Amino acid sequence: MASHGVSVNRSNGFLLEAQNITKMFGDLRANDDVTLALEPGKIHALLGENGAGKSTLVKIIYGSLQPTKGQLVWKGQPISIASPAAARTLGIGMVFQHFSLFDSLTVLQNVALALPSEADMADLAYRIESVSHEYGLPLKSDALVANLSVGERQRIEIVRCLLQEPQFLIMDEPTAVLTPQEADRLFVTLQRLADEGCAILYISHRLEEVKRICHDATILRHGKLVARVDPKQETASSLANLMVGSEVGAVKTEKRSGGGAPMLELRGLSMPTDDPFGVALKAINISVEAGEIIAIAGVAGNGQVELFDAISGETLCKVPDMVRLAAVSCGAESITERRRRNAAFVPEERIGHSAIANFALSENVILTHHAVGKKLVRRGLINRSVAEDMNQRISKTFDVRKGKPNPNAHSLSGGNLQKFVVGREIARDPNILVINQPTWGVDAGAARVIRQALIDMAQRGAAVLVISQDLDEIFEIADRVAVISRGELSPAYPTPEMSPEKIGLLMAGAHEQTATGMAPGR
Amino acid sequence: MYAAEAVILTIITASTPLLLAAIGELVTERAGVLNLGVEGMMIMGAVCGFIAAFLSGSAMFGVLAGLSAGVAMSMIFAFLTQTLMTSQMATGLALTLFGLGLSGLIGESFTGQPGVKLAALAMPSLSTIPFLGPVLFGHDILVYLSLGLTAAVAYVLFRTRLGLIIIAVGGNHHSAHALGYNVIRVRYACIAFGGACSGLAGTYLSLAYTSQWIENMSAGRGWIALALVVFATWMPKRVLIGAYLFGTVWIMGLYVQGLGVPIPSQLLSSLPYLVTIAALIIISGNRMITKVNTPACIGQPFSPER
Amino acid sequence: MILLLERRTAPSATLTFLSPILAIGITAIIGGIIFSALGLDPFKVLYLYFVEPLTSLWSIEEVIVKAAPLILIGVGLSVCFSANVWNIGAEGQLTVGALFGSAIPVYFTGWQSPSVLILMLMLGAVGGAVFAAIPALLKTRFNANEILTSLMLVYVAQLLLDWMVRGPWRDPQGYNFPQSVPFEGWQLLPTLGDGRVHVGALLAVVAAIILFFMMNQSLRGFEIRVIGSAPRAGAFAGFEEKRVIWFCFLLSGALAGLAGLCEVAGPSGQLQPTISPGYGFTAIIVAFLGRLNPVGVIFAGILLAISYLGGEAVQVEFNISNKSAQVFQGILLFLILACDTLIHYRIKIGASVVKLR
Repeated sequence: MASHGVSVNRSNGFLLEAQNITKMFGDLRANDDVTLALEPGKIHALLGENGAGKSTLVKIIYGSLQPTKGQLVWKGQPISIASPAAARTLGIGMVFQHFSLFDSLTVLQNVALALPSEADMADLAYRIESVSHEYGLPLKSDALVANLSVGERQRIEIVRCLLQEPQFLIMDEPTAVLTPQEADRLFVTLQRLADEGCAILYISHRLEEVKRICHDATILRHGKLVARVDPKQETASSLANLMVGSEVGAVKTEKRSGGGAPMLELRGLSMPTDDPFGVALKAINISVEAGEIIAIAGVAGNGQVELFDAISGETLCKVPDMVRLAAVSCGAESITERRRRNAAFVPEERIGHSAIANFALSENVILTHHAVGKKLVRRGLINRSVAEDMNQRISKTFDVRKGKPNPNAHSLSGGNLQKFVVGREIARDPNILVINQPTWGVDAGAARVIRQALIDMAQRGAAVLVISQDLDEIFEIADRVAVISRGELSPAYPTPEMSPEKIGLLMAGAHEQTATGMAPGR
Repeated sequence: MYAAEAVILTIITASTPLLLAAIGELVTERAGVLNLGVEGMMIMGAVCGFIAAFLSGSAMFGVLAGLSAGVAMSMIFAFLTQTLMTSQMATGLALTLFGLGLSGLIGESFTGQPGVKLAALAMPSLSTIPFLGPVLFGHDILVYLSLGLTAAVAYVLFRTRLGLIIIAVGGNHHSAHALGYNVIRVRYACIAFGGACSGLAGTYLSLAYTSQWIENMSAGRGWIALALVVFATWMPKRVLIGAYLFGTVWIMGLYVQGLGVPIPSQLLSSLPYLVTIAALIIISGNRMITKVNTPACIGQPFSPER
Repeated sequence: MILLLERRTAPSATLTFLSPILAIGITAIIGGIIFSALGLDPFKVLYLYFVEPLTSLWSIEEVIVKAAPLILIGVGLSVCFSANVWNIGAEGQLTVGALFGSAIPVYFTGWQSPSVLILMLMLGAVGGAVFAAIPALLKTRFNANEILTSLMLVYVAQLLLDWMVRGPWRDPQGYNFPQSVPFEGWQLLPTLGDGRVHVGALLAVVAAIILFFMMNQSLRGFEIRVIGSAPRAGAFAGFEEKRVIWFCFLLSGALAGLAGLCEVAGPSGQLQPTISPGYGFTAIIVAFLGRLNPVGVIFAGILLAISYLGGEAVQVEFNISNKSAQVFQGILLFLILACDTLIHYRIKIGASVVKLR
């Protein structure tokens, strides 16, 4: 692999500078006079919560967007980056949070599509395997992407960049989808790249990581630059304060009694899958008691969605006893019948699943309230004023910020819509709440509201099951933690007994094998 | 000519329009676009091809006119669905209704007029070989074109970069866009190709299969071609087999009638449609196959802002 | 210079109302241009198309006679399309409904009483529903694309009708013409007053009103709209997609069958090889023009019925084929779809922004 030798002919030694960048979207000031400077051989963190302007700034650097004001400077020369292709020609590579992969194609085909010109496929296959192995992220060229885990798919994205010999690599929230062990492996790779002279921009909101591997950090808040610090000199809480701007405040939890009646039980829950790319569930056992929060940790793609659908009733079980709500076997009952047993469900996807984009909020209320309670639907007719009342009550209780009293769901931000959706379920005062990825893509303020609401529910005696990829969140709110991996569930251990390393080991299980063909623990 | 030869020849002529239309639609669908307007493009190809050949006296000119008509129709569809982001299903239906109406209108004065026949390619020595001669050689150019296009599509889709890009665009248009491919442009091109093929299929009907123009003469072949693409799970080789299977069914009615079997002619005429339904049941009922092979983005509108 | 679409933050209410009017207006303009290119006075042609049919009582009756089946089928289709169920086979369901209902005059020629009429109407609806059950079954059981299956069945139904009127149901006293016995007395639809307008028109309006209330006020209507917008959200809400598919097909099939029977027992008075000038397909345009709203469909049906008569008037006056009406109906549908884009997007003419590969 060629070295990333960079000749810098200005005394300041920066590879890339973004100077006084401002970007407007209509009236929204996504970036406000932001300056960023990157040196070769260093890993530079870009910190900020959701909505701080990190993605916008990075898209400008990568050529997907043009700044409204400001200037990009590459190796001392002012420059305009017109498109991602132009960025790649300069030597800038980017690994996005949302991968640009084609599930139905092989690794080789995916990489070939990312390269600017026609390549000899046999030669490319060889190069993919050798480069990926060399950098500790092994891949097989003929593997079908749909069969790979999320961590393995990220490797494709990274190897795609590496094959173009970048001088500057942008990583956007790379560890959000990795197990702790995979994250460690990634850090080794990044350090090696930095040692070879590559400049790395590392976008993350994970403060411990940033402290661990980054030499420099630029912090954005509400589109503005608030600080540039050396993360190793800061503490996680000082960094958090800079990001959020005020004392964040942890969620308030009191010691919960536990030992309540089991409200949600899964007994030997097995579910085959007819989806060629789905995950089959195998003999899942867990019991969630009244008054406790159990979290199921796991990286995406290990059966979380299938598990959620089996519990909610979107998928029915062959054996009714596999799912028990309040000690009643209901594996064969529909989702409406399970809601009548006072259970509530919040799926992972907002638009298209828990809410409908083009429907007003009051209509979205009807989605889960129509079969419970007497007031909303009478003799088959909908009482719209009741629905609107509920909309207002939910919005008020959960601080849902919206432009109009009853807008369409798609006009709400992710955080506000999630607050609405969670509030809609909590408004039914359920005894059992199952929620998948409660704060994915949600800003910190809304995340706190939601997590507090979950804790309050448990306080009131509900049984809460949380499926989450976010270990910080899990450690913050859960009483017990189980880990799902390849459709199997570990036992649930009390949170004090768990650590990220232990969770990571439980996550890893057997899924190291597909991409490398080697046994785990290489 | 032997009876077997005659049968094979009629199978070929019955299958060719289906094959042409289906292979064009296959490319369109591989790029993620569902164009229900095949019937409308086909009938416009038939009427324009007929009129152009009739007025000019040249069948080849008619072929070009039919091809152009198909492309022009497909561009209406492309503009509406790709640039204005209208619903592909509704727009395709509109294209068919429009095509059927317009063809009826402009073809009215040409109904029943004697047309120009598309000549068989002259291959003097080859077509005199007993049996194989007439069967393999001596067809008109559109027959050979249909087979050549099928082979070409198979090659391009699976062995060239262009084909990979088309499949990628149909598999995940957001990823394709993120990688810098112009999704809209690729789709416009594939839609045009589909239109050209449907136009040629129609032209075949009015210049080769028969040499006349009758209103609605496509008789649902465009819809059958759509079913064919599904039945063939978007693979060119299977489209070839399917087209010839359906073509066989199509003319079977004629032969059965000729044998004096007392089955009502209407029932025999309905065979192609019933067989199409049966084929759809067989292939769609197998969810594994359909799920794995269907271009994932098919029918979804694409907008660059994500 | 390229056309750019910018998504609006909320659908424009003005354009939701204006879009069909805009579409009609542009179609009229296009029509005017085409006709003046043919050397005709565009205003005269447009007058003949849209105003003339409303100037005499006779032609108003004709408009209603043509609008009735369009509305009856159109409201059924508007419910279907709202659920994203694409019943393209209404023409076939119309045919089979007519066949089912006509069995009574054919086999019980002498039977006269008000109940005969009611029975015929019911059979018409049942026939259409039964025929629509086929694509419904194939979709829910085998996931077979309902567009293709329902459409294939149109050809089958038409061939079936053809066989019936030329074979088993041919009028023995009919001089070998392919037609059934003419219906008489109670087997014919009663008319309103002396004219040609029959009770089918009444049924159409009643159906439209009932379905309007169903779609807007009832849970069933909500269910249909949910399944049509986001099937996954529908499953989450506990709505069964299969049940909605069955309901929509049976409903629209029944209405189409009823319309078919009304055509045969009304204006025609007997079965013939062709019983509909493509009402089942034109009703698709009616449904879209009416913005998938049953009350809107009433207006849309009337408008398209006027265009049929207008086409005939233009033929008489200028010797232009009356197929011009169908062409304009097709153009109208294109424009409705295009104008609907304006509801969700703003159009901007812009310079090409990014150079991509």
